[in-house]
Amino acid sequence: MFLTISTTGDDAVPATDLGFLLHKHPERAQRFSTAYGDAHVFYPEASAERCTAALLLDVDPVALVRRGKGKGRGGAPYSALAQYVNDRPYAASSLLAVAVRTVFSSALKGRCDAQPELPGQQLALRVEVPALPARGGAGLVRRLLEPLGWTVDAEVLPLDEQFPGWGDSRYVNLVLRGRLRLSEALRHLYVLLPVLDDAKHYWVSADEVDKLLRAGEGWLAGHPEQELITRRYLARRGALTRDALARLELARLAEADDTAPEELDNAVDEDADTEERPVPLAVRRREAVLRVLREAGAQRVLDLGCGQGQLVRELLKKRAFTEVVGVDVSVRALEEAARRLRLDRMPERLAARVKLLQGSLAYTDRRLEGYDAAVLSEVVEHVDPPRLPALEHAVFGAARPSTVVVTTPNAEYNVRWESLPAGRMRHPDHRFEWDRRQFRAWADASAQRHGYAVEYRPVGDEDPEVGPPTQMAVFRAEEQGGVPVEAAEDGRAAGRDGRKARREAR
Amino acid sequence: MTDARKLLGVPDLSLVVLVGATGSGKSTFARRHFAPTQVVSSDVCRGLVADDENDQAATPDAFDLLHYIAGKRLASGRLTVVDATNVQAEARRQLVALAREHDVLPVAIVLDVPEDVCAERNSRRPDRAHLPGRVLARQRRELRRSVRGLQREGFRKVHVLNGAAEVDAAAVELEKRYNDLRHLTGPFDIVGDIHGCRSELESLLARLGYEAVRDGQGRTVDARHPEGRTAVFVGDLVDRGPDSPGVLRLVMGMVAAGNALCVPGNHENKFGRFLKGRKVQHTHGLAETVAQMEGESEEFKERVAAFVDSLVSHYVLDGGALVVCHAGLIEKYHGRTSGRVRSFALYGDTTGETDEYGLPVRYPWAEEYRGRAAVVYGHTPVPSPSWVNNTLCLDTGCVFGGRLTALRWPERELVDVPAEKVWYEPARPLEREAPDHAERPLELTDVAGRRIVETAHHGRVSVREQNAAAALEVMSRFSVDPRWLVYLPPTMAPCATSQEDGFLEHPKEAFAAYRSAGVARLVCEEKHMGSRAVAVVCRDEEAARRRFGAADRTTGTVHTRTGRPFFDDPATTEQVLARLREAVGGAGLWDELGTDWLLFDAELLPWSLKASGLLRHQYASVGAAARAALPGAVAALESAAGRGVDVRELLERQRQRDASARAFTDAYRRYCWTVDGLDGVRLAPFQILAAEGRSLAGVGHLDQLGWLDRLVAADEAAAETAGRPVLLQGTARTVVDTEDPQSEAAAVEWWLRATASGGEGMVVKPEQALVRGGKGLVQPGVKCRGKEYLRIVYGPDYTAPEHLTRLRSRHLGHKRSLALREYALGLEAVDRLAAGEPLWRVHEAVFAVLALESEPVDPRL
Repeated sequence: MFLTISTTGDDAVPATDLGFLLHKHPERAQRFSTAYGDAHVFYPEASAERCTAALLLDVDPVALVRRGKGKGRGGAPYSALAQYVNDRPYAASSLLAVAVRTVFSSALKGRCDAQPELPGQQLALRVEVPALPARGGAGLVRRLLEPLGWTVDAEVLPLDEQFPGWGDSRYVNLVLRGRLRLSEALRHLYVLLPVLDDAKHYWVSADEVDKLLRAGEGWLAGHPEQELITRRYLARRGALTRDALARLELARLAEADDTAPEELDNAVDEDADTEERPVPLAVRRREAVLRVLREAGAQRVLDLGCGQGQLVRELLKKRAFTEVVGVDVSVRALEEAARRLRLDRMPERLAARVKLLQGSLAYTDRRLEGYDAAVLSEVVEHVDPPRLPALEHAVFGAARPSTVVVTTPNAEYNVRWESLPAGRMRHPDHRFEWDRRQFRAWADASAQRHGYAVEYRPVGDEDPEVGPPTQMAVFRAEEQGGVPVEAAEDGRAAGRDGRKARREAR
Repeated sequence: MTDARKLLGVPDLSLVVLVGATGSGKSTFARRHFAPTQVVSSDVCRGLVADDENDQAATPDAFDLLHYIAGKRLASGRLTVVDATNVQAEARRQLVALAREHDVLPVAIVLDVPEDVCAERNSRRPDRAHLPGRVLARQRRELRRSVRGLQREGFRKVHVLNGAAEVDAAAVELEKRYNDLRHLTGPFDIVGDIHGCRSELESLLARLGYEAVRDGQGRTVDARHPEGRTAVFVGDLVDRGPDSPGVLRLVMGMVAAGNALCVPGNHENKFGRFLKGRKVQHTHGLAETVAQMEGESEEFKERVAAFVDSLVSHYVLDGGALVVCHAGLIEKYHGRTSGRVRSFALYGDTTGETDEYGLPVRYPWAEEYRGRAAVVYGHTPVPSPSWVNNTLCLDTGCVFGGRLTALRWPERELVDVPAEKVWYEPARPLEREAPDHAERPLELTDVAGRRIVETAHHGRVSVREQNAAAALEVMSRFSVDPRWLVYLPPTMAPCATSQEDGFLEHPKEAFAAYRSAGVARLVCEEKHMGSRAVAVVCRDEEAARRRFGAADRTTGTVHTRTGRPFFDDPATTEQVLARLREAVGGAGLWDELGTDWLLFDAELLPWSLKASGLLRHQYASVGAAARAALPGAVAALESAAGRGVDVRELLERQRQRDASARAFTDAYRRYCWTVDGLDGVRLAPFQILAAEGRSLAGVGHLDQLGWLDRLVAADEAAAETAGRPVLLQGTARTVVDTEDPQSEAAAVEWWLRATASGGEGMVVKPEQALVRGGKGLVQPGVKCRGKEYLRIVYGPDYTAPEHLTRLRSRHLGHKRSLALREYALGLEAVDRLAAGEPLWRVHEAVFAVLALESEPVDPRL
C-alpha cells in the first residue's frame, strides 16, 4: 500500500522543507518496522521546486495471517479464507493509517524541532493515494474531504477490465490538492483512511480507537459528516468482539459455497434495525399485534421469528403476558435480543416470564406446543415458497396455538414508497412479497386445512387504491368437533392432555 | 436349612421396593442380591444432600433425589432397587406411581423382622444407637398394617420374608419379561388382521410356504414351514368375518405347536371379556363370532378363553430389531409392562375426538416414531402397506374386501392374497395411515443440539452444538426442500505438503500416501474448477412425486455443497434437469441401473456463475487494488533510484509483487466466462451416487467414468441434433499403479501439463472407490492443486521462497479427519436413501455433514 505527499516551493521556501517537517531526509530511503511489515519512506523527487515523499508499507501477507489469533485446530487460525487472500497488502486502509502514525509521529503532532515555525505554515500540498477503498464511493470521499479544504479528484477503478459486467471496484484513485498545514493533512488521512475503508479488521486493537479520535481534534467537531465518521469508528470497534464470536461457523459454511459470509450471515442488519423505514410502521405493527393478543386474552405467547426482540420487549411490559417466548433461527439475532433485553441483569421475576430459543419453522418443535398465541410478524416472506407448507404444518398443525397473528408486507403498497425502486422488494432477504389477494389465498387455505377461522386487518394507513402498507391475518382455532369418546369399541380415549393435534377427517 | 431357601422372582426390569423397619437388614439384603449401582438408598441420598445420613431435616430433599435417580434408571430400562423403610403407604404410593410412569412393574419385598432383632442391630451402630424406641415401634406397627394391602396398592409381586432366618436364606431370581423374545430371530412371517377370514388365511399361509395340518374332520389345526419359519399374528383374528372359530383353531394350533406367535387385538380382548361372562355390546362384528361359536364345544370355548387370556400385549423380537403388536407402539413402551402400554398396543393412540362416522380420531404416532426397532402392526385398515419411519401397518382390510397381507422378516418382503369377497361393510372408508410427505415434516429434535450419528463405515460421528446451530440456520433459511436434499458432498483433504522446489502440492505425495495405505491402483481425475453441485434427477414427474414426495411438478434438484438451490430461477433448474434426463435416457442408464431417479455428484462451470459475488467482492478486488497500487510504487521507486537513492532491493521486491499480482489475476480469470441462459454453462458429473434401492458409492471409478462418458456422448449427440451447445463435460483421467514408478512419472507429467495450461489440478482416488485399510476407511480421494491455481488460495505472492517455506507448515490432520467423517456421513445418507429409510434418517446424516462443514479448519486446505 502506497501514498505520496508532494509540495511545491521556490528557492526562498524550498519544497524540500517537507523533509524537515516529516523528519525524513530526502536523499535517503528509510525503513521502519511495523507490526504488519516494513514501512519505507523515500523521495521520488526532491528539488526546491517540487518534493514528493512516498510512504510504502510492504505488508507481509503471511505474517498478517499468523498474527490472527492462532487458536484454531492444528495451529490453523480460526478464520475465514478472506483473511488469507485480501486487499490489505495493496489498499490504503487502517494499516496505512497506523504506518502514518508510526513513521510520521512528530509531523502528525505538528512538531519540528529544527524549524519550529514550519509546522504552522500552510503548504501547497498534493496527496495521492492510488488504491483507496471507499465504501460510499467517490461521493462520500468528496463529502468527507472537501469540507476540510481539499480539492478532491477521486477516480473510481473498475473491478476487472476483462469483465466490464462486474462493474466498479470499491477503490478510488484519490488525488487531493489544497493549502493546508502538513499536520492537518496527516491527521485527516489518519482518521479518514480507515473511515472510508470501513472494513472489519480483526487485527486493529481496540485502544487505537481513542488515539484516532484524538487525531480528530480541531476538525472533526464541526465536520458535516461528523456523525458518520464517529459511527463507523464505533461500529468497527464493536465488530471486533462480536464478529470473532458469532460469525465463524456461518462464515465457514458460506465459504464452502464460494459465497461471501454476508450472504448467509444477514439475519442481523448491522447498520439499521431489522425494521424498514419509516420506523413508525414498525411501531404500529407492534401496536396492532398487541391489540389482537389482548382481545384474544392471550397470556402465553410465542414470537416466532423474534429477530432482535423488539416485540418481546413490548410484550414483557404488559403483565397480562405471563410467558413470552422468542424463537429465531439465527443465533446471532438471539444474542442481540438477549443483549438488548439485558437478560443477564433482569430481575428474576421478570426473567421467569421470558425465554429465547433457537428454533426453526422448517421443523416441528415440541417446545412450542400448548401456547395461547403465536405471532409471526414479518416472517413468512423470508421463507422460500416451496418450504411454506412445512411452516404451515409446524405452526397450525403441530404447535397449534389458539390464536395466530401473521403480518407481512402488502406488495401493492410498494408503489407508495418513494425510496423503493419499482419492482424491488422491501428487504434483500424477502423471498416474495404478496399482494392482498395472494396473502388471503394462502391464509384462507391454511386456516381451512387446519381448522382455524381467519380475519384480516390493515396495519398502517390504508390507501384507497393499494391498501395498507402491512397486511395482517388473525387466525383463531375453531372449537374441536365431536365429543371425547370413552372406551369406544375400536379405540379408547387415550386422554392425552398435551398436544391436541387434530387430524382432518377425510 | 438349605430347604428353607426361598426363591424370590423379580422381573428383570422392575422397581423393587424394599419394605422394612430400621435395622431389619434391607441394605445387607440389597448388597447381597443386587449390584451396588442398582440400589438407591435413602440414607445415601440424605448424605449426598446434607452430609449426614441421619439428618431427618433433609428427608424431603433426599427423597426428591432418590426419585430422580430411580426415574433416570427406569427411563433407560434398568432394574432399580429402593432401599428405604417404605413402611408408610404414602412413600410406597409415590414409588408405585414412579414405576407406572416408566411402565415397569413395581415389586415389593418385605423384611418382616422382629422388633428386638432390629433394636439389637441398631444399638450396635453408633449413628443409630440413640434412636428412640418409639420410632422402631411405630415402624413395626405401620409395617404390619401395610403387608396385606400391598397388592391392592399396585405391587404386582409381593414377597414377604418372615424373620431374620428367612431373610438370610432368600435368593432373588431374575425373570425375563413375557414380551422379551429378543432371543428369537425367526425368520418370521408377520400376518395382518384376519377377522375370521379363514380361507384367505389358509391361502396366504400356503403362499408363504406353510404346510397345513388337518384334523379328522378336515379342519386346519396347524401349519408348519419346512424351513422352520415362524408366523406372527398381529391380532384381530376374530369378528366380522365368516369363520372366526376356524381362524382361532388354526392360530391356536400353530401357537401351541411352536409354529407361531400371536399378540392380542382389541377384538380378542373384547371377545375374551365376553367369554368370561362380562357384559359387552355385540357390535363391530362380535355378534357374528358369537353366533359362529355356538356350534363349538365347551372344551373349545374354554381353550379359546385360556388362549385369549394368555396373550401378551406385544413382543420384542430378533435382538430388539423388531416389535410386533396390534395397534402400534411408541419406542418408550417397547418391552415395558403397564396398563397403558397394553392399552396402547391394543387400541393405538387417539386424540380423544371422534370423526364424522362417530369413530375415534387416531393420533398419528408413527409420524413421530424415531425408534431403531421396526414396529409392525395392524388395527387400522389401509389400502396398501407403506413404511412410515420404520413402522408398517399390515391391516389391508381383508374382511372389507381388501387383501390379507404378510411381511417376511428380515427380508422385508410383502406377500398378500386378495379377499374372496366383501365380508363386511366398513363403517368408514379406508384411510391412508401415511399421509402425504408434505404433512410429515421433520422434527427439530432430529437435528438440533449435540448429536451422535451412527455410521456403518466410520462408527459414531459427533456433531457439536454450535455447529448444529449454524447448520440449522443455513438449512432453514437457504436450503432446498429437505426431501430433495438427500446428500451433501464431503470436504476433501489435499495431498501431504510437498518439499519440491516451488511447489506446495505435488502428486508424488498423493501416490506415496496411497502406496503406504496398500492401495495399488489409482485413478487421477481432472479437477474441474467451478462450483460443486449435487443433482437429483427423476425420470418423470411421477417418479419425483412417488420417490421424493414432490407435489409441485419439480423433477429433481441441483443444489450447492451447502444445500442452496444452484439457480435462483426454478425454471433454469428444470432446464438443466431436462438435459441431464435426456442424456441418461440416451445412454440407456435408466434401464441398465433399473431406476427412475439418479443422484449425481458434479462440478458446475464456470466458477463465475455461482461465485460471482465472491469473485467481485474478494478476488477481483484484490487484483484491482494490486494493479492500482503496485505500478505507482514501482514508478516512484524507479524515480528515486534514478536520483541515486539506494532502493534497489525494495524496487526488486515491488516488481516481483507486481508480477505476482498479475499472475493472480490471470489465475482467477481462467475460471470465469460470461454465460447466456444455459449457453456456456457446463456440468461435469464425476460420480453417480445412488439409484433406486442401491448405493453406487462403492462402484469403481473406472466403471463410474464409463457411465459418465456415455452420458457426455449422449448429451453431445442430442446437442448436435438440436443444434444447441452441449451441457455435460467429460472428465480427463489417467490410471496409476503405485508399484510402478514409470506410471507415476507419467501421471506427474500429465498433471504438470494440465496445470501449466490453466487446469486447477487433479483428484487422486483409489480405483475401487470405497477402500478399508488396517486403520479403517481410506481417504476416498486427495486433491493435488496446480501451482498457479494455488495463488487464488494462498495469495498472489505465495510462491516467493520466504513465504513458501513458512506456508509449508500446514497442519493436515484435522482436515483429513474431517474429510473421513464427512465421507462416512455422506455414504450413510446414500445408504439410508437407497434402503428407503425414512426421511428423518437421511436428513440426520445430511444435516451432520453441513454441521461439520462449519468446524474450524484451515480454509486453504
